[in-house]
Amino acid sequence: MTSSRGLTRLSAHRMGAGLRAGEFSARELLDAHLSLIEAQDGALHAWVSLDFERAREAADRADTTLVAARGVSAAPRDGSTPTLDALPRLLGIPVALKDLVVTRGRPSTAGSRILESFISPYDAHIAERLDAAGAIVPGKTNMDEFAMGSSTEHSAWGPTGNPWALDRVPGGSSGGSAAAVAAYHVPLAIGTDTGGSIRQPAALTGTVGLKPTYGRVSRFGIIAFASSLDQIGPFGRDVRDTAILLGTIAGRDERDSTSAPVAVPDYAGELPSSDDEAAASLRGVRLGLPRQYFVKGMELGVEARVREAVAALADAGAEIVDVDLPHTDYGLATYYIVAPAEASANLARYDGIRFGRSVRGADVLGNYLATRGGGFGAEVKRRIMLGTYALSAGYYDAYYLKAQKVRTLLKRDFDEAFAQVDALVAPTSPTVAFPLGARLDDPVAMYLSDACTLPVNMAGLPGLSIPCGLSEGLPVGLQLIGRAWDEARLFRLGRAYEAITADAKWRTLEPTDLRALDDPATPGPMERVAIMGR
Amino acid sequence: MPTLSRADVQHVAHLARLGLEGHELDRLEGQLNHILDQYAVLAELSTDDIEPTAQTIELENILREDVARASLTPDDALAGAPARRGDLFEVPPILGG
Repeated sequence: MTSSRGLTRLSAHRMGAGLRAGEFSARELLDAHLSLIEAQDGALHAWVSLDFERAREAADRADTTLVAARGVSAAPRDGSTPTLDALPRLLGIPVALKDLVVTRGRPSTAGSRILESFISPYDAHIAERLDAAGAIVPGKTNMDEFAMGSSTEHSAWGPTGNPWALDRVPGGSSGGSAAAVAAYHVPLAIGTDTGGSIRQPAALTGTVGLKPTYGRVSRFGIIAFASSLDQIGPFGRDVRDTAILLGTIAGRDERDSTSAPVAVPDYAGELPSSDDEAAASLRGVRLGLPRQYFVKGMELGVEARVREAVAALADAGAEIVDVDLPHTDYGLATYYIVAPAEASANLARYDGIRFGRSVRGADVLGNYLATRGGGFGAEVKRRIMLGTYALSAGYYDAYYLKAQKVRTLLKRDFDEAFAQVDALVAPTSPTVAFPLGARLDDPVAMYLSDACTLPVNMAGLPGLSIPCGLSEGLPVGLQLIGRAWDEARLFRLGRAYEAITADAKWRTLEPTDLRALDDPATPGPMERVAIMGR
Repeated sequence: MPTLSRADVQHVAHLARLGLEGHELDRLEGQLNHILDQYAVLAELSTDDIEPTAQTIELENILREDVARASLTPDDALAGAPARRGDLFEVPPILGG
C-alpha cells in the first residue's frame, strides 16, 4: 500500500498502471493530491481557483469506469464496455489548467481583474478533450495577466512561489502550472507559450514542458494574447507523461481554423520502453548547438550544466554540430513588436459591454476608459500601449511590417540549420529562478528572460525544456528545438537524455522548499514580498 | 527612431481606450521610450527584398459548409452582460445621448 503522499510522487503513467491494477482508486489518488493542495497552497499560491467537489465527482465516475472495465477484462462480453487496455491513458489522472482555459460554469480570469467575475458559457476544446479522456481537473493555476510576463508576478491575484526557493519566481507566464507540478500537487498541467511561457517556467521549476508546433493544438476557448504566436502545451515531471498529455490534446479542431490537419502520432506509445533502448536511439543523431544561444548575461552555472548535458549526449553517440542562427539577437525586438501589436488588437474586446468588468463613466468613451484603465494591470497596459503605437498611422511600416520581415529572417535561420541537423540543443533560460521582485521594475530585464525561447515562437517550431541539473541549488533547463510537427523526435531525445542521466544525483532531489510548504507558519508569497521590502 | 513625448503617450492611451492616471503616464513615458530604444537594432537589417511573415503554417482559406447549426443560446451569450434588455445587450446611447 502506497501512502497518500507517496501516491503524489508517482509519474502519471505509473498512476495509470496503478489505477488499472486496482492498487488504488481514482478517488484515493485525487484525495492524496487535494490534501497536499489544501495544506500547501497558502504558502505556494500555485492555484487561483479550485473545485474539489466537481473533481471528486469526476474521480468517482473514473472509478466506475475502471471497475466496469476490470469486469470486462476478466470475462469479455459484447464489446460495449472498454477493456482496461482500451481506456484513455489519462483516466483518473489529475491535470491542472492554466487560468486562461475557459470551462463552462467555472471562473477563468487569465490573471486579470477585468475577468474577475467572468464565467464562461462554454468549454475550451482541450477541456472537452481532457473530460472525454476522464482526466480530473482540480482547478485553475496562477499566471501573469493575459500571459504577459516571465515570472507570474503580473497576476492580479498575487505571485506564486518556486518550490525550490519560495522567495524566488517560478517563471512565467504559466508559473502556477509549473509550480503545481513541481510541488506534486498534480502530475500534469496545461500551459500556454507565446514567447517561452511553458519552457521558461519548466526550466525554473525543474519540470518538463513542451511548446508544440504552431497549429498542433486547437486554441478554441483559450483566452488570446498574440494570435500568430500563442500555442497550448503540456507540463509533466517526465518526458513520457508530457507526451501522454500532448497526445490527448493535439489534433485538428474545426472551431480553430489555425489548428492544422496534420496526423498526431502516438507520442507516448512510440517511446522506447527501456533506458537502454532509449539511450541507444541517440547513436547517429545530429544535434545543432546554436552559438548565439549562449548569450551575454548567461549565468556561468547555467552554461556549465547545458554544456555538460551536450557532452553527455555526445558521449552516448549523438553528433554535435556547431550551427549559426545569425539573426537571434534581433528576436527580442521583433517579438516585442509583433506580440504587443497582436495583443492590443485581441484585448480590444474587453469593452465592458458584453462580458467581464464594466465601469460606468460619463459617456461611452468614459465607460471604456474606466473599465479598461481600472481592469488591466501595469504590464498589460504597457503592452497595449506598445502595440497600439506600433500599429498606429505612420508607424506601421517602421515597426510591425519591419518586424514581420525580420520574422522571415529568423525563420530562415532555423530552416538553414535544420538542413544540417535533426534538432537543436540550447539553454532554455539564461538564468536560474530569480528573486521575487528582482525584475519587476525593469521591463527590458524581464523581457530578456525569454531571449532563448521567443525565436522558436516566431518560427512556429516545437521546443521542449527538460531539467538538466542544478546551479546554486536551483534547476537548469535544457531546450530541444525541432522542425515543425517533429514533437515526437523531441520526446525521443528528451527520453534518451533522461535515460543517460538516470543515475545522476540531482534526479533524486525533491524541490528544496517543499518541507517549508508543510509548515503552517510559512508566509504566502504576498507576505514574503512584503517581508523582502519590495 | 522617434521619441515619444508626454502628449504622444496620452494620444496612444486615447487610441487604446485606456484611462490612465498621471503617475501611470509618467512611468509609461520613460518605459516606452526605453523599450522603443531596443527596437532601433532592427534598422541595422536591410529587409527591402524580404517578404513579411504573418504566420508560420501554410493554411489558407479554411472554410466549412455553409449550414446553420446550434450556437450559444441567448441566455448563455448574455449571461455575462453588465446590462441586458430582452435578448439584447444594453449599451449607452451614442447618438444624441
